[in-house]
Amino acid sequence: MDKNIVLKTENIDKYFYDPVEFQVLKNIGFEVERGEFLTLIGKSGSGKSTLLYILSTMDRDYNGNLVIDNELITGKSVDELAAIRNEKIGFVFQFHYLLAEFTCLKNVMIPALKLGKFSPKEIEERAYEKLKMLGMEDQALKPANKLSGGQQQRVAIARALINDPLIIMGDEPTGNLDSKNTDIVFDIFKDLTRSFGQTIIAVTHDDEFAQKSDRTIEMKDGSIIGGHTN
Amino acid sequence: MNINTDIARTYLFSGKKMTAVAVLGVLLGMSIYIFMNSLLVGFDKASDENIFKNTPHIRLYNDDVISKNLVSDTAAEYLISNPKVVPKVNTIINPNGIAEMVQQQKEVTVVTAQVNTSVFYNNGKTQVSGLSIGIKPDEADMMYSITSSMVEGKFETLKSDPNGIVIGIGIAEKMNLVLGDNINLTSQKGVTKNLRVAGIFRSFNSTADDTKSYVNLYTAQQLLKENNVYVTDISVNVKDPYQAAAVAEKLSQLTGYKSEDWKESNESLMALSKMRFIMINFVSTAIMLIAGFGIYNILNMTVSQKINDIAILKAIGFKGKDVIRIFVTQALSIGLIGVVGGMLMALLMITLLKKVYIGGDIGYFPVDYELQKFIQGVVMGLVITFFAGYIPARKAAKVDPVSIFRK
Repeated sequence: MDKNIVLKTENIDKYFYDPVEFQVLKNIGFEVERGEFLTLIGKSGSGKSTLLYILSTMDRDYNGNLVIDNELITGKSVDELAAIRNEKIGFVFQFHYLLAEFTCLKNVMIPALKLGKFSPKEIEERAYEKLKMLGMEDQALKPANKLSGGQQQRVAIARALINDPLIIMGDEPTGNLDSKNTDIVFDIFKDLTRSFGQTIIAVTHDDEFAQKSDRTIEMKDGSIIGGHTN
Repeated sequence: MNINTDIARTYLFSGKKMTAVAVLGVLLGMSIYIFMNSLLVGFDKASDENIFKNTPHIRLYNDDVISKNLVSDTAAEYLISNPKVVPKVNTIINPNGIAEMVQQQKEVTVVTAQVNTSVFYNNGKTQVSGLSIGIKPDEADMMYSITSSMVEGKFETLKSDPNGIVIGIGIAEKMNLVLGDNINLTSQKGVTKNLRVAGIFRSFNSTADDTKSYVNLYTAQQLLKENNVYVTDISVNVKDPYQAAAVAEKLSQLTGYKSEDWKESNESLMALSKMRFIMINFVSTAIMLIAGFGIYNILNMTVSQKINDIAILKAIGFKGKDVIRIFVTQALSIGLIGVVGGMLMALLMITLLKKVYIGGDIGYFPVDYELQKFIQGVVMGLVITFFAGYIPARKAAKVDPVSIFRK
């Protein structure tokens, strides 16, 4: 496999069984290169979010193969997948989802503390570094629920970055933000891919956001109907 | 600090009120559990002590034997049978030899020969029926600690006074007797004897106080018109009264006489004690379980409230067992604080109640610091809190993050 391919899907099918059997994803196959900023677009119900959750390794119930970092992910146990997510994947969600009772700094530190590669002291320094990169170092010691939506989303990005993941995945990362904050988040993503060679896969329904990314995959009724490099 | 512990601690402190309520639940359950169980031990001790004032640990006696059929052939067509008690004397043959043999057993502490006889106490026109117990004063005192219940006179004077008698306070009051007065005894065999009151005891057991008296062994033998080797009972005390049944069995085999341990001879009291045991254990365990339900409830609520957090934690790489650890740590922390608090509370309650005077044959409230019950309570409290935390934690561990994020 090409060294530069970080994620690859082969013939992924997925069915929902409730209330009736329904095929959500049909024969999905694509590759993502290192440093690429990929967006998945499509109407609601097109299966783009479902696909993202499969790529994120959280959804194990599908047919076909998922390969991340030259490693076959399909069929691994829940615990193995948790470890893979911890090390290789960073998440940014639509509803920011910070842990409300913790400070911003702690929120950023938690995945690294879980990974345990560095000492808590080093992790704290690294967390400050990431927050600084996102312009949030002044807010580091505030409780997460005291921040505005845009600020929380930036902290969430810092958290996604703390373990230097292979891929950052975003589920409508700007869906809940105003245009100003959307621009900020977009610029951060762009900068990450350009300056740090970070791979990003994001689901969005914001066409403008998608157009500015490197490549867009459009989905409809569970199939890829088009992909184009912007 | 481990990150799981860290998260558990943050959750505990962010929901201070809920944590406090759960802790209080455990604390109360715990303290009442320990207290009630200590009380149970106290009650049993008090009741046993009372029993040992009147009953030896083991009694050896010659039981009646029913005659057997001479023909054992049950296939015979007609067999007229009319079994009767074999006529024989109810005494122990060679009591001194047997006493010596029993004394040599390593479990045995005191052995004493005893002759019981029912008598009438007469003084003028007053007549009271009762039981006179012929004993050897030294040994009997070791066995029943009669000295501790004496209210007038000294029990040991019985040793030097061949015509002495120690009577219950009920008899003394009814017959208006004081120390040094004469009392006339008539035995079932029609023997009349004049004795001098050498002491008065009060056992707080009204039946004993109203009917019982102690005389020298030979006085009792004389009352029954018997010689000086006439002994109906050999009383035995052992080191551990709770092992008496086993020792009784052994002594029975050794001597060939029927033996009865104190539990057999006080069956109704034992039944009472058993009932008390079941009741108190039932109630105290229920209280403890309710405390457990409190924790379960609160953690269940926490899990529901934190379901988004759990999904996030799982998304960023926390395994099911990490999530379990977070919530079990919470439960055990609540349990631990509650258990320590409960122990202090129980100590306080016991200390206060120990000083309450009840009166009667109980005296002070019969409760004491029972280490075993404290340990039992702590272990039980922690086990219950563990499970009260584990069940919701397992539910949390099973949360599917995708289903949460999709909402």
